[in-house]
Amino acid sequence: MSATLFEYVLRIGDDSLILGHRLSEWCGRGPILEEDIAMTNIALDLVGQATNLYDYAAEIEGKGRNADQLAFLRFDREYKNLLLVEQPNGDFGMTMMRQFLFDAFRKLFFESLEQSSDHQLRAIASKSLKETKYHLRHSSEWVIRLGDGTEESKIRVQEALDTLWRYTNELFYQDDIDQELIQNGIAPDLNHLRKDWENLVSNVLNEATLEIPNNNWQHQGGRKGFHSEHLGKILAELQYMQRAYPNMEW
Amino acid sequence: MSKKEWPLWEVFIRSKAGLNHKHVGSLRAADATMAIENARDVYTRRSEGISIWVVPSNQVTASDPSDADAFYEPAHSKVYRHPTFYDVPDGISHM
Repeated sequence: MSATLFEYVLRIGDDSLILGHRLSEWCGRGPILEEDIAMTNIALDLVGQATNLYDYAAEIEGKGRNADQLAFLRFDREYKNLLLVEQPNGDFGMTMMRQFLFDAFRKLFFESLEQSSDHQLRAIASKSLKETKYHLRHSSEWVIRLGDGTEESKIRVQEALDTLWRYTNELFYQDDIDQELIQNGIAPDLNHLRKDWENLVSNVLNEATLEIPNNNWQHQGGRKGFHSEHLGKILAELQYMQRAYPNMEW
Repeated sequence: MSKKEWPLWEVFIRSKAGLNHKHVGSLRAADATMAIENARDVYTRRSEGISIWVVPSNQVTASDPSDADAFYEPAHSKVYRHPTFYDVPDGISHM
C-alpha cells in the first residue's frame, strides 16, 4: 500500500516539476516583461507543488530520502511524469497550448483530489487548486487570443494543438496503482473527469476558433517511465549541479 | 525601429490594511482583462494587495510641470491654512 501511494504521489509531483522546469526555461525570454513574470510565477507555483508532493512522497517511502534527492537524483526511467509536460516549449503559442491542456486537466483533478481520504493529499490539492485556477484562466485567455487573433497567431496555435493533441489521452492513463487507490478512496477515478475535461477544452477551443485534430494516434508511457527523447535533456540541465557537486546547497 | 507596442496602463493597488488604492506603477497590456492579470502577476506576487484598478495611461490628465510656480508656490506662504494655531485644552489626548 505505501509503495503504491509513493508511486502515485511521485507521478503527480513529477508532472509539476517537469512542467515547472519547462516554463522556467522562458525566464528572461518572454515576449514581454509582464508575460515573462507571469510564466515564471506559474513555474514557481509548479515547483512549489512538486516540493510539497516530494516531501510527502519521501515521508511515505521512509528510507531517508528527501525532496531534493527525489527531484535531482533519479534516472530518467524513474520519472513518472506525463509525456505532455516534457514536450519542448516551441513558440509562445505552443507553450500556452501545452499549459492549457494540462491546466484544464489539473483543475478537475485537484477538485476531485480534494475529496481524497488521505488528508495530506487533500491539503496539497486544496492549496494547488487555487494556483491552478489562475493558471487555467491565464492559459485559456491566451489560447483564445492567439486562436482568434491574427492570421499568423491562429496558424501557429492550431499547429501547436495538432502537435500536442496526441499526448492528451495519457492525462487519463490509469493502471493497477490507480485502481488500488481508487478502491481506498485516496485517488479519484480519472474516467469520471474525462467528460468535463472534453467540455472545458472544447468550449475554449471553440471560442478560439481552433479545430480539434482528428488524428487518433495517442502516445503514452510516461507513467511507466518510458519517455520521449526530451526528458533526458531536461534532466541533464536540472540535475547538473547536484551531480557535479553532490549535496551542495545554496 | 517601429515596434508596435501594447497600450500603457496605470496600476493602482489596495493593500490589505489600506483604505484607498495607491498608484504602484504601469505596465503594457492589449486590453483591460490582460492589464488586470498582468498587474496581478507583476504587482501582487509578494502579497501586496487585495484589489486592483487599471486605467489606460492616456486617460490620465496631468498638471503641467511648467505651471508649478503658479500652482504650488502660493500655498507655501499660507501657514494659517494648517490647523496648528489652536490651543488644545489639557483634557484632550491623542491630538
